[in-house]
Amino acid sequence: MKVGLFIPCYIDQFYPQVGQATLSLLTKLGCEVVFPTDQTCCGQPMANSGFAALSGACDQNFVRNFSGCAYIVGPSGSCVLHVKEHLKDEKQPEAAAHIRSHIYELTEFILDILKTEAIQAFFPYKVGLHNSCHGQRGLGLSSLSERVLPVFSKPERLLGKVKGIQLFKPLRNDECCGFGGTFSVFEEAVSVKMGKDRIARHEANGVDVITGVDMSCLMHLEGILKRQGSRTRVMHIAEILNAEA
Amino acid sequence: MKDHATLAAGFIQDEKRTNWHDETLWFVRQKRDKAAHTLPEWEQLREWASQIKNHALSRMDFYLEQFEKNALANGVKVHWAADAAEHNRIIHAIIKEKGITRIVKSKSMLTEECHLNHYLEEKGIEVVDTDLGERIVQFRKEPPSHIVLPAIHLKKKDVSDTFHTFLHTEKGNNDPVYLTRAARQHLREKFIASELAITGVNFAIAETGGLVVCTNEGNADMGTHAAAVHIACMGFEKLIPKAEHLSVFLRLLARSATGQPVTTYSSHFHKPTPGQELHVVIVDNGRSAILGKPDFRNSLKCIRCAACFNTCPVYRRSGGFSYHTAVAGPIGSILNPNFDPKKYADLLFASSLCGSCSNVCPVKIDIHDQLWKWRQELSKAGHVGFMKKIMMKGMAFVLGRPALYRFSGATARWVLRYMPFLGKHRLNPWYKGRELPEAPKQSFRDWYLQNKKK
Amino acid sequence: MTSRDTILNAIRSNKPQELSLPVIDKEAAITYPDLYAQFKNVLEAIGGECFEAGSEAAALELIAGWEKGETVIQTLNSVPAGLPGRKAEELAEVDTAILRGLLAVAENGAIWVTEKEMGNRLLPFIAQQLIIVVNEEAIVPTLHQAYEKIKVDETGFGVFIAGPSKTADIEQSLVIGAHGPCGMKAVVIRKH
Repeated sequence: MKVGLFIPCYIDQFYPQVGQATLSLLTKLGCEVVFPTDQTCCGQPMANSGFAALSGACDQNFVRNFSGCAYIVGPSGSCVLHVKEHLKDEKQPEAAAHIRSHIYELTEFILDILKTEAIQAFFPYKVGLHNSCHGQRGLGLSSLSERVLPVFSKPERLLGKVKGIQLFKPLRNDECCGFGGTFSVFEEAVSVKMGKDRIARHEANGVDVITGVDMSCLMHLEGILKRQGSRTRVMHIAEILNAEA
Repeated sequence: MKDHATLAAGFIQDEKRTNWHDETLWFVRQKRDKAAHTLPEWEQLREWASQIKNHALSRMDFYLEQFEKNALANGVKVHWAADAAEHNRIIHAIIKEKGITRIVKSKSMLTEECHLNHYLEEKGIEVVDTDLGERIVQFRKEPPSHIVLPAIHLKKKDVSDTFHTFLHTEKGNNDPVYLTRAARQHLREKFIASELAITGVNFAIAETGGLVVCTNEGNADMGTHAAAVHIACMGFEKLIPKAEHLSVFLRLLARSATGQPVTTYSSHFHKPTPGQELHVVIVDNGRSAILGKPDFRNSLKCIRCAACFNTCPVYRRSGGFSYHTAVAGPIGSILNPNFDPKKYADLLFASSLCGSCSNVCPVKIDIHDQLWKWRQELSKAGHVGFMKKIMMKGMAFVLGRPALYRFSGATARWVLRYMPFLGKHRLNPWYKGRELPEAPKQSFRDWYLQNKKK
Repeated sequence: MTSRDTILNAIRSNKPQELSLPVIDKEAAITYPDLYAQFKNVLEAIGGECFEAGSEAAALELIAGWEKGETVIQTLNSVPAGLPGRKAEELAEVDTAILRGLLAVAENGAIWVTEKEMGNRLLPFIAQQLIIVVNEEAIVPTLHQAYEKIKVDETGFGVFIAGPSKTADIEQSLVIGAHGPCGMKAVVIRKH
C-alpha cells in the first residue's frame, strides 16, 4: 500500500525522531512509504487564529505534495483534522477532495485501514495516555466522556498490544491539556494552568511517560515538565509502538 | 478594557482559589455525566431537542403569531420589544402606570442582557433579585459570574461577610444552612410585600400560549403568585411548538445543568388569576439578525443550562468575570460577538477549541466550530485593532531569533510567524511558564534526504 | 411599523428553509420494572420523603399522625372557603399544606399539581411543609407519558413539584428549604 507520510512542520523541526518512528512503524506494517519533501505546514495555526483565508498557498502546496498518494498518514490528530476539514484548492478541487477523504491519523490508519493489531513492540514502562482533543473529539479516535455511547479508544487498543507496558488513566481522562495551538501563547496563563493540572493527574499515577497522538500537546506538556524539573518524559505514541527490546 | 487573557491571568494568580473554582465546577460536570448516563436514550433526546429547536427557528414567525393569539385568548398581555431599550421601556411603563414600588425578580438572563436593573435603578426603582445566588451578587454590586450558579465565584466566607453587612447575620458564621435561612427570612418579607414579579421564561408553548419557568428555590413562584402583576421576559427563541415537546427539554435541562433529574419546580403559566395581570415581553434584541446567519443561527437553540460552562477547561480556570459580559462561558463567546464583534473579539480566543462544549450541549449547538468560524469572520471584517494586537504578541517573540535560520523555505516563514517558540525571553509567552523544545541537529526532512531518499 | 411587525418581518426574511419536526418515539425512552420503587428512590434522592398507604382512608390516618404545626390547609377533597382569594401575608403563617397530585413521574420524582387542587396558587410554595397525595396508578415512567396524559392548559396554572425547595448557591452546598417548603412528603395510595 502506497502511503504519503505527512510530517507536520513542528515535528519536522523539533521532533524528527517522531517522524522516524512513524516511518519505521508504517514500513514494518507493510506500507510503501513516501515522504514528499516539499511539504510545509497544513495551515492550521493561521486558520485557528482567524486567517483561514490566507492559507491558500499553503493548501495548494499540500495538494501538490500529496495528490498522488492513495493514503496520507500523519502522526498528528490535530493537523490531520485540519486538512480533513479545511483543505481547499480551487484549481484542483478533486485532488483536494481525495486528500480530505484519504488522510488519516497514524493509529486510526493502522486499525481502520491496515486493519492490523500486529504491534511488535516492547516498552517496559508506566505510561499515561493523553487524549488530545482534536484526535479524540474531532477524528473520533476514542469515545468521549461527554457522550452516552459505547466506550472505546484506538490509541489505547494499540498501546495494549505493547509488551511490558503498564497503562494508567488519569482522573478527568479526556480533559484538554491547554495547548490549543496559538491559544498556548494568546492565553498563556490559562494554557499553562491547564497543562500543569493535566500533568498533576498523570503524575498522581506515578507514570514514567506521558504519550499521545499529538506531539503538539506533548510539546506543551514537556515544556511544563522541564520547567518543573520533573523526571516524567513525553513520547509520541509512534515511538512507543515502534520501540524494540 | 482588559481582555479575557489578561483578566484570566489575574484570576489564576490565586492558584489555590483557581483550583477550588475548577474543582467545584468539575463536580457539577460529573453530576451531569452521571445523570446523563441514567438514560440510555440520552443521545436521542439531544437529537430530538436539536431538531425541535431547528424546526421552531425555521417557522418562528408562524409560532410567534400562534403563541400571541393563544396567549391573548388566555388573558395574557403580549408586548414586543425590538431591542433592549424597548424591553426596558415597556417594563418601566407598566411600573409607572400602576405606581409600583416593590418589585421582585427571579432569574432571567435576558434582563441581565438588557441591563434592566441598572436602567430601573437610574429611574429610582429598586428591583430585588430573589434567586439566592443573584441576591448575593446583587448585594455585592457584582454581575452573576455563571448563568445557573450566579455566585459560584464566591466562598462561604465571602457570602457570610456580605450577609453580615446587609442582613446583620452573625459575623464569622459561614454555615450555608444558617446563611440560606437568613436569606429565606429576608426574601420572604420581600415576596409578601411585592406588587410586581418579573421572571424569565425557560420555554413558551405556541399551541397553548403558555410559559414555563423552572427553579429549584421556588423563588419565581413565590414572586409571581404573591404579586398582583407578573411580567415574563423572553427572547423569541424560547418558543417551542407544542406542550409535548416540553418532555424532551425538561428531561435534558436540569440533568445538563446540575445533574438533577428535573428542577424542583417546573411551573406552567397560562392564565392570570382573577385580579392579577400577566404580561409577556417578547424580545428580539439582535436575535432575528442571528437567525439570518447560517453559520451562527443555531446558537439560538440554547436553553441556558450552562453545561458548556461547567465542562469548559478555560471557564473553570478563568471565572465568569474574565468574560466581561452577562452570558459568559463558551455559549457567551459565540453569542456576544453578534452584539458587538469588536468588544467581544477576545472571547473567541478564550478557547483551546477542545470541543467538549459541543458534546455536552443538550441541544447540540456546534459551539467550538462556531468559535472557529467567528475567528474567520472577525479577521475578514477587519477588526484590526484586536487582530493587530494578537499579531504583535506573535511578533514580540519572533524577532531576532537566530535559531529560526535553521528553517528553510516556506516552513521557516510560516513557523517564524506563527510558531515561534524560540528564544528564552521573558516577553515570550511560551517561555513564561514552559521550557522551549530543544532544537535537534537535524530536521526530519534533512535526515530523510540523507538516509532514505533513493 | 410596530416593533411586532419589525420583528416578524425580520424573522420572515432571515429564517432558514423549513426544517421538519422529529417524531418523538416514546418507546425509545427508558422503562422501569417497578414504577413505584423508581419514583420513591428518586424522590428520596432529591430530598423528599415517600410513604405508601393502602387506601385513601389509610393515607389520611397516616397524615393525621404527623407533626404538622398549627396552621394546616388541606385541599384533598374540597377547597376551603375563601382560600382562593387569600393574599400572601395571610398565607405566610401556613405550616403545612396537603394537596392532591394528579400524576407522578418515576424518572424524576415529580408530581403534577394544578391550581384546581391547590385552591390558591401560592399555597404549595409558601407553606413550610408540603404533603401531596397521589395514586399509584397515576405514576408514569417518564415525562413523555406525563405530557401525553396531562393537559397543561386545563387550568391557568400547573406545576411539576419534585421534592422540597432547595439551593446550592452557597459554595455548592445543598440546603433544603430555599424559599419554598423545607420538607416535602408524598403519600402514594397503593391498593394492591
